Parts: sequence; C-alpha cells; structure tokens
Amino acid sequence: MTTLTAPLKSWPSRQPIVFLILAAAAWLALYQTLNPAAEALVAALPVNRASHLGGALQFFFYDTPKVLMLLTAVVFVMGMINSYFTPERTRALLAGRSEGAANVMAASLGIVTPFCSCSAVPLFIGFVQAGVPLGVTFSFLISAPMVNEVALTLLFGMFGWKVALLYLGLGLSVAIVAGWIIGRLKMEAYLEDWVRDMPRMSAEFEATGMTLGDRIDGGFSAVREIVGKVWPYILGGIALGALIHGYVPEDFLASFMGKEAWWSVPLAVVIGVPMYTNAAGVIPIVQALLAKGAALGTVLAFMMSVIALSLPEMIILRKVLKIRLIATFVGVVASGILLVGFVFNAVL
Amino acid sequence: MDIKVLGTGCANCKATIALIDQIAKAKGVGVKLEKVEELRDIMGYGVMSTPGVVINGKVVHAGGIPSRDKIEQWLAAA
Repeated sequence: MTTLTAPLKSWPSRQPIVFLILAAAAWLALYQTLNPAAEALVAALPVNRASHLGGALQFFFYDTPKVLMLLTAVVFVMGMINSYFTPERTRALLAGRSEGAANVMAASLGIVTPFCSCSAVPLFIGFVQAGVPLGVTFSFLISAPMVNEVALTLLFGMFGWKVALLYLGLGLSVAIVAGWIIGRLKMEAYLEDWVRDMPRMSAEFEATGMTLGDRIDGGFSAVREIVGKVWPYILGGIALGALIHGYVPEDFLASFMGKEAWWSVPLAVVIGVPMYTNAAGVIPIVQALLAKGAALGTVLAFMMSVIALSLPEMIILRKVLKIRLIATFVGVVASGILLVGFVFNAVL
Repeated sequence: MDIKVLGTGCANCKATIALIDQIAKAKGVGVKLEKVEELRDIMGYGVMSTPGVVINGKVVHAGGIPSRDKIEQWLAAA
C-alpha cells in the first residue's frame, strides 16, 4: 500500500501575508543601501574615484545589484499575477468578443499571461478553437513576447521610468493596431487547413483553487527560472554600460543613428527582424546604442523588432499559418514598429 | 505508470523529460516516458502551453517546467 505524503511546505507558503510584508520591507531597506554601498566599495579599492575606472566601477557596483533586485521583485510579483491569468482564463475572457475592444484586452492580457514562445502554436490553436477572432489572437501574440515584465523592468532600472512607460505604451499600440488590421483583412482562409478543421472547443474553464501560498510558490519558481536564466546577460549589459559610461566618447553613434539619419529607423527594424534574443539579451545593445547618441525612437524600434519578430517563432508558426498570413503578420508588425520609431524621433 | 511529455522540442520540454526521468530513477519508480512532439497530438489533449505532462491519459500539468515537488507527488501516487 502506498501513502501519498505531501511535501513539507516552506514557511512563506504557510504564512503568505507575513512573508509578503516582511519581504517588501527587507527589499526596500536593502535598496536604500545600494548607492552608499557602491561608493564604499569603490573607496575601499586602490582606484581614484574621479577617474574613468572609478566612475565605471561605481556604475557597475551600483547598477548590478539594483537591476537584479528590481528584476527579482518584478518577476516574483508577475509570477504571482501570472497564476491568476492562465491561457485558459485569457481565452475565456476573449472568446466571442467583438473586435476593437477585444484587441485592447488581448494586448493587455498579453502582458500578464505567462508565455513561452514554444507555446505560441498550441496557444494560437486553442484560441482559434474557442472562437477568439483571428485579429484578437494576433494582438495577444504580438504583445505577449514583446511587452513583458523583464523588458519593462530592465528598461526602467537602466534608463528610467519614462523609457519604460514609452515602451509599454508603444508596444501595446503596435499590438492593438496590428492585430486589428490583420482582423480586418479577413485572412482566416490562410490558416492551415488542419487548424480550421480542429473541433470547436468551449472556452469555459474551471479555475483551479490556488491558495495565496501556492501563488507565492509560483513567484519563487518564476524568479528561479527567469532571473536564473537572465542574470549573465544583465551582468554583461551593465559591464558594457559601465565601460561605455567611462570610456567611449559621447555622440559616437549620433552621426549614423541619430535623429537626422531618417533611414536609421528602417535599418534598425530590418536588422532586428532576423535577430532574436530574449528581452534581457537585447538590453546591452540598447544600452550601448542609447549611451552614445542613437535616437530613442530608433533604438526602441530596434528592440521591439528583435523581440516581436523572430525567425524561430515564424518557423514554428509556419505549422499553423500559410505563408501569406505569416508575411502579412510580419509586414503589419514591422510597419507598426517603423511608424512608432519615426513618430517618436520626430516628436521628441 | 504511463507518462507523456507534450512539447514541440524547445529547451523547457527537454528539461522536463530529463527531470522526470532523473527523479523516477532516483526513487526507483518504473515509468514509461514518452515525448509527444506532433502538434496534432498535442492539441488532442487540449493543452495551450507547453511543456505539458499527461499521466495515464490525464493532463496533470501545462506550462513551464514542473517543480520537483510536483513530480515527486505524481510518482508517489504510482
């Protein structure tokens, strides 16, 4: 006879509210010490604080723990929020809604629903089966990888809240409008036949009972998985930023990637399409570009096109979409990103 | 115990299989571990996020690599 023994739960899951309050307080306290600690560390080294090396080191010592702490906090909270927004619930919220409002909802849900690019296809099919309109599904598919908490946190931590907010707003806009346009084009015929032949499914679902303690576990697991995977990129990015900060002359890139070079935006988007890295991997590049004079619109356009349009994802989507629909998807999204880049450069 | 891991072959799916295999061996539980990569078959189970885990025909997990605790619970119920 076998007995089912439940694994011992750690104390955060057993006392979720206490844990959350203590964790928040500890995080805040630690955050305040970062700048003084960085200065103290540089002072302890045999380096002149006013030199290039001193400046670069202080930047590195302050920014690295700062960004890592921000990322851990945000990923943890999002991990908890994600547990409320499973794909099944998102699908139930979107099924059968009329377009327009649904595109906005889909793009917004893309931010909080957990998404891994290899799930793009099962998710796509699942949405289609339950009657979510094609354009709405695309709004979700564009926003989910692109407007994610890692990208937003890194942008916030390294470039300030304005840049992060901008990326959020522009990303959502591209997702909403591009999805809406694709919906208007009525391209359902360009889904692969076997997808259209799949049985209809109900969008109803039962919410599995999750306790707050379970959601906290979800948060921890998200941190282990995401921060665990991404921290080398962050370290690399900040180190690069520190070097640039200390050593590369200002405006080095302004001549060919600054606002006057109108062709820099299309170039950025075109270069970005075949490239793919996760949100953290592109940040070092963004860092380097921005610090040395590239226009913000161009850089954001580049970042979006790297993340939102990836060759691996297109290859996977080829299993469910005919080439014409994939081409339309890439075309509409790339145009949206281009527009965003231009408008932004012009306005700022 | 019949365990199927659903996934199109990305790193998370491979890691899930490796993890289940490793824990099953450590606990000495006999499992028949199978990878399901064909989209049509994956959709047949109604999962929308991979990796998915199906035990004896029932979907027990979808989305992300399952935790060790979860896997041990499944194996303990053998």
